[in-house]
Amino acid sequence: MPRISSPAELEERRQNILSKRDNSKPCIAVCGGTGCHALGNRSIIDAFKAEIKKRTLQAKVNIRETGCPGFCEAGPIVVIYPEEICYVQVTPEDASDIISETVVGKKVIDRLVYTDPKTGEKAIHESEIPFYKGQMRLTIGDNGKLDPKSIEDYLAVGGYSALVKVLQTMTPEQVVAEIKKSNLRGRSGAGFPASIKWDAVRVAVGDTKYVICNCHEGDPGAFADRRMMEANPHNILEGMIIGAYAMGANEGYIFVGDEFPLTVENTAIAIKQAEEYGLLGKNILGSGLDLNIKINIDAGGYVCGEMSALMAAIEGRVGEPTVRYDHATERGLWNKPTCVNNLQTWASVPLIVNKGADWYAGIGTASSKGTRVFSLVGTVNNSGLVEVPMGMTLRQVIFDIGGGIREDNNFKAVLVGGPLGAFLPESLLDLPVDFDEISKAGGSLGPSLVVIDEKTCMVDMVKYFLTFLSNESCGKCTPCRDGIRQMLKIVNRINDGGGKEGDIELLEAISEVQRVAALCPLGQTASNPARSAIKHFRDELEVHIKEKRCPSGVCKILATASH
Amino acid sequence: MDNAKIDRIIDRHAGDASSLIQVLLEIQHENDWLPKEVLEKVSKKLNVPLSRVQHVATFYKSFRVVPEGLHEIHVCNGTGCHVRGAPRLLDKVQDITGVKAGETNSDLKVSLEVVNCLGCCSSGPVMVVDGKYHSKVSPVKAEDVLKNL
Repeated sequence: MPRISSPAELEERRQNILSKRDNSKPCIAVCGGTGCHALGNRSIIDAFKAEIKKRTLQAKVNIRETGCPGFCEAGPIVVIYPEEICYVQVTPEDASDIISETVVGKKVIDRLVYTDPKTGEKAIHESEIPFYKGQMRLTIGDNGKLDPKSIEDYLAVGGYSALVKVLQTMTPEQVVAEIKKSNLRGRSGAGFPASIKWDAVRVAVGDTKYVICNCHEGDPGAFADRRMMEANPHNILEGMIIGAYAMGANEGYIFVGDEFPLTVENTAIAIKQAEEYGLLGKNILGSGLDLNIKINIDAGGYVCGEMSALMAAIEGRVGEPTVRYDHATERGLWNKPTCVNNLQTWASVPLIVNKGADWYAGIGTASSKGTRVFSLVGTVNNSGLVEVPMGMTLRQVIFDIGGGIREDNNFKAVLVGGPLGAFLPESLLDLPVDFDEISKAGGSLGPSLVVIDEKTCMVDMVKYFLTFLSNESCGKCTPCRDGIRQMLKIVNRINDGGGKEGDIELLEAISEVQRVAALCPLGQTASNPARSAIKHFRDELEVHIKEKRCPSGVCKILATASH
Repeated sequence: MDNAKIDRIIDRHAGDASSLIQVLLEIQHENDWLPKEVLEKVSKKLNVPLSRVQHVATFYKSFRVVPEGLHEIHVCNGTGCHVRGAPRLLDKVQDITGVKAGETNSDLKVSLEVVNCLGCCSSGPVMVVDGKYHSKVSPVKAEDVLKNL
């Protein structure tokens, strides 16, 4: 297939694709995300295919393996188009009924639709399910409508139209100005304004400049970034191409973890397709812009999410952070100007270009604009991938969208920001999703919300994260390497019933040194979970130390001792 | 070990020191682990000192410098799985197999790894046996899954 050589030709191709599609033709869309994959979506697809073949319906019914629509808890999810009937927890045995009754008979199968456990109400369409109702799915809304392995599907939902707009009507300066006006802040958690980086790289001098998409996400319990990449990779590529145009970058990397095979697979396919279409490579759509994007696979190191470690890993070295005297925007990857943005930052770019900075800046709070995609996990009823407008309270996310706590247990805390974040108790649940508010509360607006209930023990959770961080510390600086180890030793002691008076104060003292003296953000914030647990759940820690008792019955030795 | 395949991977990147991690990953996908001779070969062909190759091979979690067992069990202990009972599952799996987390048994039959997050938290606790995902694995279900190993 010849490369497309102009924006007009791309639009022509899009019309051509759309004209061949018949929207009234039934289509069975099976979620192909990692969540549903783990629940056996492949055997469901096989069952549908066999059933379609048996009834010789091949010409009359399409079947599509889509990106993740988000409601993993109710997976595997199957949506029947054009009626958009949403079936949950589908098994291969249901395939025959779905084809005969819904696809052919146009009837809804009652047992397969979502039933609200509280009210008993049935919801036939996605939009009626409480999990989706409160969300604002600007960047993940298309996931369920397209096959991530098909560029045609992306073009059919309007993909690459923002790139066309940029190339036809905007100068690089105007693109950066638009991003600045939108007030887009980096989605890694810290919330650094994207336009500052973009502008710095734009004006930096150099023949080679890099754009990097950080899709590393090594946090346990966070899957938002990789799931977005896996579900709609062309959206990210489009954002990166626009960024490269604005900054004059000609090389790009997508940095993604080895433990996410489906994400790597879909990204590789998307890059190849974009090259074939002339959306990557030399002279993109005839604009004179050259851009090559490669995948770089991380070999497993949580610390590689840190920018200098990430760049070291791409250069083929061990991912140890370095002290930075220069900004990466001037001397980054191989000492060339480099813009590293989180995946969700890139994902927001096409949206801002298409709908305008003013529209985007109209969503959210005074200082945090747009939406945030979270992986909502833990002991919450509706776990999955959720996208909410900035400014929504944590309570709304957990109780309205998340449907509250599993098995009617009581809420205990939510961890915002993963292993470097903070546990926030019930009293702080009315905090809004906002970079600055969450940061004030001691956390960071990372891509995961981990909900824990009363049956979870805070000492166990602190131990869990310190164990994780102690394994993941790169070992380069003492406050991080030895600080975490010493803290873990103390927490292990408390956990084993050997806690002493003064242990809590000692933990606080070590964490304070770490915060000031560690080399990189991992070390500086490694004690955040412990600090927040001490701040909000001090009583519980004291019971472990003084009464040698675990109120939640989790800590093995203490739990036995109390009986 | 398929030497020809490994040679092809290395030759594709010959002289390119920056592709060290990607080369080791590719080789491991092919061979399951990284024997010393392979590291030496990579060092020579990519023109990277052996000490640096070994540093990389032992720094990153995905690399294995000892052989894997015939069957690979991965128990997810991401936060989502942890609060949904992964520790109890891990205890059970260690009990059934007699292999400790991070180890391989002496007849190279079973390797047991604890992994950080497989990204399917809604199905937790999750266990992957020889590449097949098992979701919502209770200790009882674990017995069933592992009985044929």
